[in-house]
Amino acid sequence: MSEEISLMKGNEAIAHAAVRYGADGYFGYPITPQSEIIETLMELAPWKTTGMIVMQAESELAAINMVYGGAGCGKAVMTSSSSTGMSLKMEGISYIAAGELPCLLVNVMRGGPGLGTIQPSQSDYFQTVKGGGHGDYRLITLAPYSVQEMADFVALGFDLAFKYRTPSMILTDGVIGQMMEKVRLPEFKRRRSEEEIRKQCPWATLGRTPDRAPNFLTTLEMDSSLMEQRNIHLQAKYKEIQQNEVRYQEVLCDDADYLLVAFGSAARICLKTVDLARAEGLKVGLLRPITLWPFPSEILEKYASKVKGMLTVELNAGQMVEDVRLAVNGKMPVEHYGRLGGIVPTPDHVLEALKKLI
Amino acid sequence: MDKNELTGAETLVYAKPRLVNDTEMHYCPGCSHGVVHHLVAEVIDELGWAEKTIGVSPVGCAVFAHKYVDIDWQQAAHGRAPAVATAIKRLNPDKMVFTYQGDGDLAAIGTAETIHAANRGENIAIIFINNAIYGMTGGQMAPTTLNQMVTTTCPEGRDPRIMGNPLKIVDMLALLDGVCLATRQSVHTAAAVKKTKRMIKLAFENAMANKGTSIVEVVSSCNAGWRMNPVDANNWMAENMLSVFPVGDLKNL
Repeated sequence: MSEEISLMKGNEAIAHAAVRYGADGYFGYPITPQSEIIETLMELAPWKTTGMIVMQAESELAAINMVYGGAGCGKAVMTSSSSTGMSLKMEGISYIAAGELPCLLVNVMRGGPGLGTIQPSQSDYFQTVKGGGHGDYRLITLAPYSVQEMADFVALGFDLAFKYRTPSMILTDGVIGQMMEKVRLPEFKRRRSEEEIRKQCPWATLGRTPDRAPNFLTTLEMDSSLMEQRNIHLQAKYKEIQQNEVRYQEVLCDDADYLLVAFGSAARICLKTVDLARAEGLKVGLLRPITLWPFPSEILEKYASKVKGMLTVELNAGQMVEDVRLAVNGKMPVEHYGRLGGIVPTPDHVLEALKKLI
Repeated sequence: MDKNELTGAETLVYAKPRLVNDTEMHYCPGCSHGVVHHLVAEVIDELGWAEKTIGVSPVGCAVFAHKYVDIDWQQAAHGRAPAVATAIKRLNPDKMVFTYQGDGDLAAIGTAETIHAANRGENIAIIFINNAIYGMTGGQMAPTTLNQMVTTTCPEGRDPRIMGNPLKIVDMLALLDGVCLATRQSVHTAAAVKKTKRMIKLAFENAMANKGTSIVEVVSSCNAGWRMNPVDANNWMAENMLSVFPVGDLKNL
């Protein structure tokens, strides 16, 4: 009954999916092009039904620190923002990663740098997968390319976050956030009780009970040798994630002479480019990283010895292309095609760029 | 008179609070933090709320508060404790949630979070240690540093024409409808300690009763940061700080 097909924006799908996941809290600050997330949540008023809290914070700084507080209690909490707002959250994200707190972050990217533009972009790839905040941490990064995946990746993001006690990021952009598509929303799940959270998250600060020592959440360690141990522990966890959680999609890659490599909205555009190219007799495939971190390096390395060339297509000046080149390791040329500052290329533009490579 | 005679039951007027553990405190001898930590621990224990209390510690000297008081704690990023506490309390309305912050944390970098949490009337208690200086980082100017007071970043004394005047943030907070208790106390005499304890208890009770935001400012001494011995620091505080930051209730609904 609750699994119905709806027509909605990607941003709205995230809001619906969060309520249905049984999320405990959303904390956000309005910014275009993602304000529909908090607006939809406020309209859904889940505090009257599932008990989920929705709060408009006074700033992105406050919002991400609310996420820290809620996640520290083992609650399933999330925030969303867009590029410039996400920059403000970076300090908090570093703390959340250091504190090993599960939570869901959503960045509906817009063009930068600076206040930039409200039009779509993918120029926060570096910020998300290479750091952004301070210190050696990583973010599980999911890149949806449809409204359906916007909905689906809420649950996936939360599940991975709790599995590894680490923040997950849905890295999307104004195209996917604003476009409307059919979506099959997930079934409603019940929010966990405090007892269930205490069991699942014995580290949660929910008030000490007589059977355990006090829990404290801190990211500070004055003794460098202990801080190094903390870092080593984090790195071991990241390695495990890299081994287990790589996700990607291959479209007509098997017989391809050339591969397009793209994520999110750019991949959606490239899907059409593949059709156009095939219609002209060009054997072109698309490899779409779904997890940007961990990055699907192995499959790219595999194709490096099979295809004649790769073209990464991004709505930026060339960010993911660095990881593609690292994966390919010089075995073949990897070129980049990108548009900047909120310009979205058409499938024909991509095909043109591809033909130059051929 | 030997040690046993001095520490016998009949001479006992004060015992270590049950919730304060045996970890050696990093606070300097003479610092007000130790006294206020003990008060917080005593009050939580007297109320019987150790199992439902979550403290939020700041960045500053109290960054290690979690090491000394045996309750659940979260240590927040600099200035963000009221935002962290907001979420904890909203998600756990049956818990008693308080922040413990210094003047740099609450009145400089965290001003926005403090004012907005209070303006929303978050059902939390805020314990605010105002010692007019940045202690943890070695004695720099705080928003509450007195005019003409010397610190490492105003070596010729705070000049209000360039650096502004001491920020009376609790006076500002008292104006907000979300605030049910805004009080300024001190811990430099036995009587003052007793009064401060009463106000901390009231703040915690307010937080539990969902009456709105309670702020207890404790005008404190930082003898190390002030480059004084503890006795001189206490006297200096009474003579100089209390005229700028007078004790008393600014609001008590």
